[in-house]
This record gives sequence, structure tokens and C-alpha cells, in this order.
Amino acid sequence: MASGTPVEDAIRQKITTALKPTTLEIYNDSHLHAHHKPMQGVTSRETHFRLVITSEAFQSKMQPARHRLVYSLLKDELAQEGGIHALQLRTMTPEEEAKRRTQETGTD
Amino acid sequence: MLSRTVFSRAVRQTAFSAIRPAATPVAPSPFLLSLAAQRRLISDAVRQAIDKAVASAPVVLFMKGTPETPQCGFSRASIQVLGLQGVNPEKFAAYNVLEDQELRHGIKEYSDWPTIPQLYVDKEFVGGCDIIISMHQNGELAKLLEEKGVLVKEGEQAEGETKE
Repeated sequence: MASGTPVEDAIRQKITTALKPTTLEIYNDSHLHAHHKPMQGVTSRETHFRLVITSEAFQSKMQPARHRLVYSLLKDELAQEGGIHALQLRTMTPEEEAKRRTQETGTD
Repeated sequence: MLSRTVFSRAVRQTAFSAIRPAATPVAPSPFLLSLAAQRRLISDAVRQAIDKAVASAPVVLFMKGTPETPQCGFSRASIQVLGLQGVNPEKFAAYNVLEDQELRHGIKEYSDWPTIPQLYVDKEFVGGCDIIISMHQNGELAKLLEEKGVLVKEGEQAEGETKE
């Protein structure tokens, strides 16, 4: 049976294989943007994604390099007509994620 | 070594170096040619136009819509951050990619970045919306803009009224 979320599946599969993430959260925000103008005529319900990725692969890479790495993995999905229109990224190393955790618990 | 001189000269001539590996002296295979066609490599004219745009101000944002009326939430957020940071309007230029299809496609390849908005400071690519916002939150953006001297100076708005 065909998956109802082919784009999300592709994102998960490609990122998991290439980056071996310790955290991978995929949020499909497409419904929030379904009415805006560029989405007219687009039938896909998988156009806007927000990803949180924690991976060792980001070690010693600046943010632009990390984002480029993710973009390159999803090159086909981004280039496709009616494919991914917007992709928000938060990219962390395991250390950065741990730090963020302690900061967050520290504030409340 | 001949190949080396040729290569380094070629690199100097292009505005953007170190993106692509040196071309091999053999003729490109049909496969590579078709690949190039598929990727719609941008023309020299477009590249030069983007070079100019990037150099037209210390802070340059390629966005959808205009600063006054952004046409996309990510472009709006980026403009708001630059405003909050206090970027001097005289040192800022925005380009609306929706007005120019060549720019819209060209900037993606130029920056090797598939989405818009894109921020350049001092001709260097900084990042897209997520990077702008995270640098805004962690203080890196303020530091960068301060170092580049592109912020409105304190007291400048109250022109002529401040005396030491």
C-alpha cells in the first residue's frame, strides 16, 4: 500500500541513513500554509516541514554548512514541482542539545 | 606547472572561487553536459548581476516581497530581525526575487542554498531565516553587525542634540 506521507517518509529515510541522528523530529506544518498564494493549485499536503535534527555529523560545522548538508540530502524533494516548498531546520550536535536541555530546565 | 597556473588564474577570474572542483582537460561527457542542462546552470550575466547586488550594500537580503510588504512569513521574520537589530537603512539593500525569475532561480545556485530569504553581510553569505533567527537569539548576529559597523549609531537619531 502506498504511504500517505511519501515526502515525510523520504525525509526520514534519507536523514536517518546519512546522518544517523540521535534526535529526529519531523513536523508537517503544511496545513498552516495551505491558503497562502504560492500554494494555489498545489494538491500535495506535504509542502512545509520543520525538522529538528541532532547528529554527530554536525560536529565542527557552522550552521550554513549543516543546513547545506540537509538540503543536499533532500535535493530532489526540494526541486520537485509541488515538492517541499519550505523547510525550517534546527540542527544540533549531541553536546549542543544537552546544553540546551540544561538551560531549558534551568529557567523554569 | 602549467595546469596549476591556468587553474589559479581561472579561480581569480571568477567572483566565486572554491565552489566547483577544477575542470578536467578532457571534453565533458554527454552525461555531464545533460546534467549541467538539467541543473540550469546560471549564465555569466546573471552571476555578474548577482555579484553586483551582493556588493550593493553591506547588508543585503534577498527576499520575497519588499521590506514594507513581505510576501512570505520567513522573509517577514528576517526583515523584522534586521529591524530589531538596528541595521542602518542606508547600509541595507533588499531584493525582491518575485520580481525577477532569473534572480529567483539564480540566487539559489549562486549561494548553493535552495530557499529564500538569504542574507549577505559584507558580501558573505550568512544564512536563511532559521540561521538569522538563531543568530539573533544567541547574540551572534548583533556581534557580526556591530563588527561590520552597519548599525544605526546611538544618538544618531537625535541629530545635533547630543554633545558628548
